[in-house]
Amino acid sequence: MNYQFDWAVVTSGKYFEWLVSGVVVTVKISVVSIALSFLLGLVIAVMRMSRFRPVYWFAHGYLEFFRNTPLLVQIFFWYFGSYKVLPDAVNQWLNAQGFEFAAAVIALTIYTSAFIAEDIRSGVRSIPKEQMEAARSAGFSYVRSMFYIILPQAVRLTIPPLINQFLNLTKNSSLAMTIGVAELMYQARQVESYTFKGFEAFSAATVVYVGLSFAITGLMTLYDRKVLQPIKVR
Amino acid sequence: MIRFEGVHKWFGALHVLNDINLHVKPGEVVVVCGPSGSGKSTLIRTINRLEPIQEGKLVVDGMDLLDKRTDINKLRAEIGFVFQQFNLYPHLTVLKNITLAPIKIRKVPPKEAEAQAMALLERVGLPEKRDAHPAQLSGGQQQRVAIARGLAMKPKIMLFDEPTSALDPEMIGEVLQVMKDLAESGMTMMVVTHEMGFAREVSDRIVFMDHGVILETAEPEEFFKNPKHDRAKQFLKQILSPMH
Ligand SMILES: Nc1ncnc2c1ncn2[C@@H]1O[C@H](COP(=O)(O)OP(=O)(O)OP(=O)(O)O)[C@@H](O)[C@H]1O
Ligand SMILES: [Mg+2]
Repeated sequence: MNYQFDWAVVTSGKYFEWLVSGVVVTVKISVVSIALSFLLGLVIAVMRMSRFRPVYWFAHGYLEFFRNTPLLVQIFFWYFGSYKVLPDAVNQWLNAQGFEFAAAVIALTIYTSAFIAEDIRSGVRSIPKEQMEAARSAGFSYVRSMFYIILPQAVRLTIPPLINQFLNLTKNSSLAMTIGVAELMYQARQVESYTFKGFEAFSAATVVYVGLSFAITGLMTLYDRKVLQPIKVR
Repeated sequence: MIRFEGVHKWFGALHVLNDINLHVKPGEVVVVCGPSGSGKSTLIRTINRLEPIQEGKLVVDGMDLLDKRTDINKLRAEIGFVFQQFNLYPHLTVLKNITLAPIKIRKVPPKEAEAQAMALLERVGLPEKRDAHPAQLSGGQQQRVAIARGLAMKPKIMLFDEPTSALDPEMIGEVLQVMKDLAESGMTMMVVTHEMGFAREVSDRIVFMDHGVILETAEPEEFFKNPKHDRAKQFLKQILSPMH
């Protein structure tokens, strides 16, 4: 082995800046998609528990469909497929906004929301039915009871699986490089092809992903301990 | 205020309410008693349609419960319901438990809702618990907060399903006292309870049920002194001196 390590490539200068810009994009995609997938997951979970059949079947189909197709296929679908059926004006606007980014966020959000919805649903199932009765007795509709009373409790019970989904989402965001989003993996790949320092470039990417995962786990755990758990739900 | 006319309800094959006829007038306090499984909870839960009825007519505050056009959420907002297990919202503070429905349903401005909630907490003797969470309160305190939560909607009717049955004996008194004050303020109340002292002292009428049937309706003095039905006699004997 006569590979010459050159860590300076990834710790300073132009290539370092490339990697940093990649980290910024990865964080942006992840944060936006985490927030959106959580909200969408809540809505799908409620729809999945609806007694109104069309809503129930829609949510059921949504879950089965998006959980059972590869994320890469979904990313390609939104990026290469969806614009074929959209009006030109919409496409122009989307391109001006950076359609790669939007397609990646849409795919990650929808894909992850399906898993989050199932986690939240099992959280809801462990809330005693008397809570729903109390809320309905006060005059809240089913949907408002869910959002004010049931879900806030269910989400507290769902923190550990939610952390998992958010970690998966962040790692899965690396697939966005395949449609040209200049996120961390994309930039690491660029650095490698300009410098042939693949070991350093991908080591750096690995370290950043591990760091991001720790940060997410840490923040969520802290939030859980300091804000949520002091309030006993059961 | 509440009018049952020939009401029937079944759980599958079980006939839980059998030809119920009952009229509760405004300001009246009616106690429902009877052996376990006789249908008391089911009866009281039909009034805000936590349990739907299958036959007969049930009119509450002028709204027909079997009429498809009745806005059930609107009716429920007029009726406070107090559960045996309190069922406070565990993720919210005492104050928020009380203000949630007034703010979200009645659109009361938050500041005003808080002031009203504090007044209610004074009334049930727990102003210092405003920022506590339900898990930090004793059973008796939780039930008093639950009553305040019900009252916050300024209801026309308050329903109680065994409000003291889950409490340690030393806490029963404080809850009954709050209910007594409420009765004296003129609230229309229907109370399922085994507290015969309360029934005797506070209620206007006692309804005795067994096997889904109202066997006897009487004023408390009459009911305790001179119960007509054998089942009522037996029930009173058991409940007043459980050792025999
Ligand atoms: N959701 C339900 N499904 C089927 N049966 C039920 C249901 N709820 C109650 N029952 C049955 O209906 C009957 C009446 O129940 P209910 O709870 O009204 O009695 P109760 O008089 O309140 O009794 P207790 O004093 O024990 O609270 C009982 O036999 C009970 O087992
Ligand atoms: Mg009962």
